[in-house]
Amino acid sequence: MMEQTDNLIKLSNGQVLSKETIDGDIATINFGPTHPATHGIFQNILTVDGEKILTSVQTVGYIHRAFEKLAERRPYNQITPITDRLNYCSSPINNLGWHMTVEKLLQVEVPKRVQYMRVIIMELARIADHLICDSIIGVDTGALTSFFYPFSEREKIYELYEEICGARLTTNLGRIGGFDKDFTPVFHQKLKEFLKTFPKAFEEWNGMLERNRIFMDRTRGAGPISAERALAYGFTGPNLRAAGVDYDVRVMHPYSSYEDFDFTIPVGVNGDTYDRFMVRQEEIRQSLRIIHQAYNNLPEGPFHADIPEFFLPDKKDVYNNMEALIYHFKIVMGESEVPVGEVYHSVEGGNGELGYFLISDGGRAPYRLQFRRPCFIYYQAYPEMISGANISDAVITLSSINVIAGELDA
Amino acid sequence: MTNNELLDALHEHLGSKLIASEVLFDTLVIEVSSAEAFGVIEFLKNDAVLSFNFLTLIGAVHYPEEKGRELCVVYHMHSWKNTIRLRIKSYLPQENPSIKSLTPLFDGANWQERETFDFFGVKFEGHPNMTRILNMDEMDYHPMLKQYHLEDETREDKDDRFFGR
Repeated sequence: MMEQTDNLIKLSNGQVLSKETIDGDIATINFGPTHPATHGIFQNILTVDGEKILTSVQTVGYIHRAFEKLAERRPYNQITPITDRLNYCSSPINNLGWHMTVEKLLQVEVPKRVQYMRVIIMELARIADHLICDSIIGVDTGALTSFFYPFSEREKIYELYEEICGARLTTNLGRIGGFDKDFTPVFHQKLKEFLKTFPKAFEEWNGMLERNRIFMDRTRGAGPISAERALAYGFTGPNLRAAGVDYDVRVMHPYSSYEDFDFTIPVGVNGDTYDRFMVRQEEIRQSLRIIHQAYNNLPEGPFHADIPEFFLPDKKDVYNNMEALIYHFKIVMGESEVPVGEVYHSVEGGNGELGYFLISDGGRAPYRLQFRRPCFIYYQAYPEMISGANISDAVITLSSINVIAGELDA
Repeated sequence: MTNNELLDALHEHLGSKLIASEVLFDTLVIEVSSAEAFGVIEFLKNDAVLSFNFLTLIGAVHYPEEKGRELCVVYHMHSWKNTIRLRIKSYLPQENPSIKSLTPLFDGANWQERETFDFFGVKFEGHPNMTRILNMDEMDYHPMLKQYHLEDETREDKDDRFFGR
């Protein structure tokens, strides 16, 4: 990893240090690929001076699954399960973002009820995503309780997913044009229960960390990034907002009726681990606000758009109606006709701007589908963020930027 | 700012560098030559009025039928000041495709360009570390090119007329 001469040490990134500036012993250590503190499969080869990090070389791609190539052979509705596996902490956002992209290509206007239902689900997913991330910062600072405590609340969100689509982690939620079914009575009951009990449980858990002396001392100043550097690196989402920039796709390019709701975008000041934690905690409260507004004003109407070419007909119609049978066959075999076009659509994912760049040549599968994966773009700033920090700070920085291996490697 | 206003401004500033332009759905798409791409993006970033401050995405598309311009490098730019997106395309030939790297302008271009190289073989000149990123280093082809099919081509039980490309 490094060359040494009498008095100088040349590091792998080209930096040359005088031996006099070295306090301890220079060593090279592997942080990952499989390590409990990386929370995913990625490797950092650290050159350390005692406990202080001098350089870091990243290796990514351990769980690369060629999603963009796979997508070039799949009909549009079969791409939804691929998107689940990007950011698997908030898969419904990925699913619904993909459906909105296809609807944009098809130029379909979905009913207001569908848009509100989507908002409710996407905000639930954001809460689940942020709960995991923030509780893991707790674990890495030594507070294991803070990890277990929100899991009972996250479980309730997963039960809500289950009520909509039958799955929990890789949800494959919704359909192009809307949903396969309306919210069930059980869903309504569970959502009301959740909205009633969650704020209290959340604040109790938040109280354990937010003003905790040990937690604050541990996280303030750890892994900071300035707004300018964050922008240069293409940061989006909570990590960018923690650095003080209030960019949010939900506000700048509202989709799915986000313009109807009243919510604020929290921003931090220093862009350090504590700010990232605080921004996410506040986003959870804002997500709750949005869910309340969307649920209380949930419009009546159909739960899917009227696009028989893409939305599976009722099973009883398939048996009794010639047209329904034809559409059923076309959808299942992936032979629905898609217009030629090129479209970019983005949504505010758990980690930032999650974009879909879709090119259709009129074939059954996309000609090209590219995902803008926020993790992949901002993770390259990691060596800069941890340079000069202690190894333990590298761990909490990694957990606080919420790098999800699935999204990183596609 | 609307797409038409943006297009007028681009015509005024870029002149003949602007090879083609069209509005696809809600986004203005322009084409510039590969030699000009860096300069155009640098101008767009630094111009006080247009202010395309954010590089959203870099990628490529392979069109094997279009001879001489098989590879298309696509840049998505975003101007937060004007709340408008812009897609910039630049076509390259299949043989030794290369284009100037955006890393001096945006640090975030680094991995995205490496990914584009990894999957399409487009070389970015001036990139500090032009190596593969997601695939293993020993790989000797660029898998997103259209000549590499997803499934085994010797299979006879599947007819592409019925089962897709």
